[in-house]
Amino acid sequence: MEQLLLLLSWGDKGWGDELAAGAAITISLALATLPFGLAFGLVIALMHRANSKILRGIATIYTTIFRGLPELLTLYLVYFGLQIGIQKTWAAFGLPGRLDMPAFVAGMIALGLVLAAFSSEVWVGALNSISRGQREGAFALGLSKRQTFRFVILPQLFRVALPGLGNNWMVLLKETSLVSVIALPDLMFWTGRANVVTKEPFLFFGVACLIYLLFSVSSAAGLSALERRFSRGFAAGGRR
Amino acid sequence: MKWCEYPGYWLGVEAIQNYGCRMFTGLGLTLQLVTISVGLGAIFGLALAIVRLYGPKPIGMIVTGYTTFFRGTPLLAQVFLVYYGGGQFRPTLETLGLWTFFRDAFFCAAFTFTLNTAAYQAEVFRGAIQSVAKGQWEAAEALGMHRFPLFLKVILPQALMVALRPLGNELVIMVKSSAVASLVTLYDLMGATRLAFARSFDLSVYFFAAALYLLIVETIRRVWDMAERRLTRHLHHA
Repeated sequence: MEQLLLLLSWGDKGWGDELAAGAAITISLALATLPFGLAFGLVIALMHRANSKILRGIATIYTTIFRGLPELLTLYLVYFGLQIGIQKTWAAFGLPGRLDMPAFVAGMIALGLVLAAFSSEVWVGALNSISRGQREGAFALGLSKRQTFRFVILPQLFRVALPGLGNNWMVLLKETSLVSVIALPDLMFWTGRANVVTKEPFLFFGVACLIYLLFSVSSAAGLSALERRFSRGFAAGGRR
Repeated sequence: MKWCEYPGYWLGVEAIQNYGCRMFTGLGLTLQLVTISVGLGAIFGLALAIVRLYGPKPIGMIVTGYTTFFRGTPLLAQVFLVYYGGGQFRPTLETLGLWTFFRDAFFCAAFTFTLNTAAYQAEVFRGAIQSVAKGQWEAAEALGMHRFPLFLKVILPQALMVALRPLGNELVIMVKSSAVASLVTLYDLMGATRLAFARSFDLSVYFFAAALYLLIVETIRRVWDMAERRLTRHLHHA
């Protein structure tokens, strides 16, 4: 038992500091992906509701592809695809040496593309839930299309979209574990390394699971607090 | 030339032609994994939901803990925990006669996938059962039905109709998540594709795999939609 605790301690002998560093990367990757994925998802959602048939078609194809592909496959495609693409352009310009794709950026792009596809569904649902009268009212007040979106639609959108976006966040948090396969030293990567060195797989993967669980449970608590805060003007909904 | 070499031949991509057979075999393994885990997971998940709703409180809390764990941690970590962690308990597993099971990557993956999807499906079933109106219970009781047939013949059929759509989603999610099996040495579609890429360094194998996954997922989605419309047709009648 003491030996196991020693393995989890800080410093040279233990893996505690490595695991913490990995967990920090996991969290930062998820946080870095979130704004980009959500914003892009909102753009896709607006395209879904556009008048142009072409824009709608593009949005549908986009969501069909990125919702249907395994996240692992998307990650490999982005990582290797961009890697090869960058090196080809690098060579085409006749530049010396080679430029490598940072794993963090590849992970961020891949997870962001997937998050955009899934969150766009949530955004579409939220946009549909805002009644027509809101737009008509804004129009009657003489607000431009842009102003209507910024000051009337968007503030109401978050409240409706929040539960769905919260789910997206929880999924994203767990999906980050996949980036360990492109050698990004996240939590999963370090536990794998610790397993190879110490031959204590159950301990380390168990600890990794518990850390992910901690993230999920605290996210869930944070999200419900956020939901309460966002719907504080809507006590009439029944549940507080 | 075998049938599985034709797609690559038609596309004019050597790598897809060379590894086509491996990839289609991999696709078979993927489908096998998904069918086994989602099928067994449905039975287990339904049992968990019933225990959670009607069982004694302490057991209900254990079920909640189970679903929280499996829904709150990444599938990849779970698979590694079972596959690598199982090896650590080899003597115990050997005496129990379970070692042949946990030694095999396929069984480990199928086992973990089953536990994982059961947790998600338990939540689906729980919500569906709870969505059945209380009046249905009361009416059935008033007719003198006993608890067991009441649940089986009145509540469950109505709950299953509500559960159809989320269950279809879960099936699609498992098809996608099963790609994780390639990380514990299995040559499912993803594993075969990784092998093909490592040897040929031709990115088009990944695009071919993507097309196959999309084909499967879209087929499931459409067939499921049709099945759902057919099964609930008496509700849509206007």
